[in-house]
Amino acid sequence: MTFFFLAGLFALAPPTDVHAFDTPNDGGGAVTIRWHISPDDETIEGYEIYRSEGGGDFELVGFVGSGRTSYEDDTDDSKEYVYKVAALQNSQTAYSEPTPPVHSKSQWFDTTSANLLIGVIIFCSMILYFINQAKKGKVLHIRKISGLDAVDEAVGRATEMGRPILYSMGIGLVDYIATIASFNILGEIAKKTGQFETSLIVPTSDPVVYTVAREIVKESYTTIGRPDLFNQDNVYFVTDSQFAYAAAVDGVMLREKPAANFFIGYFKAESLILAETGASTGAIQIAGTDQVTQLPFFVTACDFTLIGEELYAASAYISKEPLLLGAIKGEDLGKVVIFTALTIASLIGILTRFPVLSLFE
Amino acid sequence: MKRRFPLLLVFILGILGIMPYFVPHGVYQNFDNGLRNDFIRILSAFAIILGLVSLMRVHHDKIKRKRENWQYSYVLIVGFAVSGVIGLLGGIEGEMFLPTTIAGFHFDIQTLYLNIMVPLGSTMFALLAFFMASASYRAFRARSLESSLLLSAAFVIMIGVLPLADKISTHLPSFAQWIMDIPNVAAKRGITFGIALGGIATSLKIILGIERSWLGGKE
Repeated sequence: MTFFFLAGLFALAPPTDVHAFDTPNDGGGAVTIRWHISPDDETIEGYEIYRSEGGGDFELVGFVGSGRTSYEDDTDDSKEYVYKVAALQNSQTAYSEPTPPVHSKSQWFDTTSANLLIGVIIFCSMILYFINQAKKGKVLHIRKISGLDAVDEAVGRATEMGRPILYSMGIGLVDYIATIASFNILGEIAKKTGQFETSLIVPTSDPVVYTVAREIVKESYTTIGRPDLFNQDNVYFVTDSQFAYAAAVDGVMLREKPAANFFIGYFKAESLILAETGASTGAIQIAGTDQVTQLPFFVTACDFTLIGEELYAASAYISKEPLLLGAIKGEDLGKVVIFTALTIASLIGILTRFPVLSLFE
Repeated sequence: MKRRFPLLLVFILGILGIMPYFVPHGVYQNFDNGLRNDFIRILSAFAIILGLVSLMRVHHDKIKRKRENWQYSYVLIVGFAVSGVIGLLGGIEGEMFLPTTIAGFHFDIQTLYLNIMVPLGSTMFALLAFFMASASYRAFRARSLESSLLLSAAFVIMIGVLPLADKISTHLPSFAQWIMDIPNVAAKRGITFGIALGGIATSLKIILGIERSWLGGKE
């Protein structure tokens, strides 16, 4: 009798309030199991998670350490599962009550991304508003971007010297946003070089980028009525190896001696190798990238650098297309909104010690 | 029609490309993976043929016209042919029918890559140290207020990270770290905000067909 009393007194307590539910905001295939820790949590090794599939025997599917209160189990959406959680101490286990049957399923909308979606919709509305204003004929003022004002100078200089212009898009793939922005700028620069009948060399590092770049240059020459100027040997694929590409472009700069070099797109460590070699040839150099770590190299070695968003504004700035300028205005308003929100949140955080940013988690 | 079709295609694929960020459902995610991976892979396979043809044509033309350093074009063409034959007939590690070992000397694609491409890439990368020195020399010349500030900040950081810094002043390492963590990160984040917004705006302009520079501009 005393033995059973003592055994009951020192029995290991199982975790309580165990419940299992379909993991929210996922593509299915997962069930989350949650529980309240065992009263003996400090002395146990951890929790074992057992699963029964379609009313069969329970089998061990996972283990988490003490103090933990949840586990995510990989499941099959077509099956139903029952879970039990056991506290484990040495070889002793204390099982919880089994959960009601549960099955996982896919969701069509990720509610955790709702704030992002709202933010994107508001920002896109601002851009569309300014584009609409531009459509109505409102004159929009855009600040001066020296790097882009220098494009005409660079093309003019190359024309006067009778030398080509080099345009490198770096090592980005076709779906990189910097490469896409670079395509837009390439179109405008190709038109300018076409007007002055200056040769434009475009070595590329990706076959898909090469095919798109070739079509852009061709279309630009066609748009200005000079399709005859397109030389397919001037837009070519080199290699997708980072430093082999850098060596090839360096070679072009040293052999062809372009009067102007454009390094616009996605660059990594090769940025300085290219820009320094270009600087040694005396060419006027305009660079632009969204890679923050490469910007100092370009700022140092190039005459003009498009920093961050200036890269995306370049095509609008060069073409002076009112609708595109409207989009830049929208971007600027977006920055003002973010800057204001950050300033207010920081002030509230500093003055009240209220964790403002946790509201956005 | 020649321009409307690409614009329509970009609009549809652009919208389809945004949706996976908000739709976790397996059916849509699988469709998106298929579109991004399989479709792009097929596209790349065709594009690489065009790319290689372009490369060969450029070097063939260079040899034909005896342009500067035309001899090196032979190295490229021979290298391309040799690695093409070894890769296609010998496999990556010599697992196919072409023998890629003669008297203990391996020349399968993996060996060639590891012993030629990797050292050559490393050599180019090593040049960066020298370029960095010459670029730093130019950047750190105190010609204006901004470049003087840059020079001072660089000096503090370079000295601050040395073991010697503690001996000069106990505050120097923490001041150097402060420059790296606060003004440096603040500037970086400012640029990153601009990049993020610029990226959204560029995507929107392209999806809605407002940005058409990639099509040669407006008709």
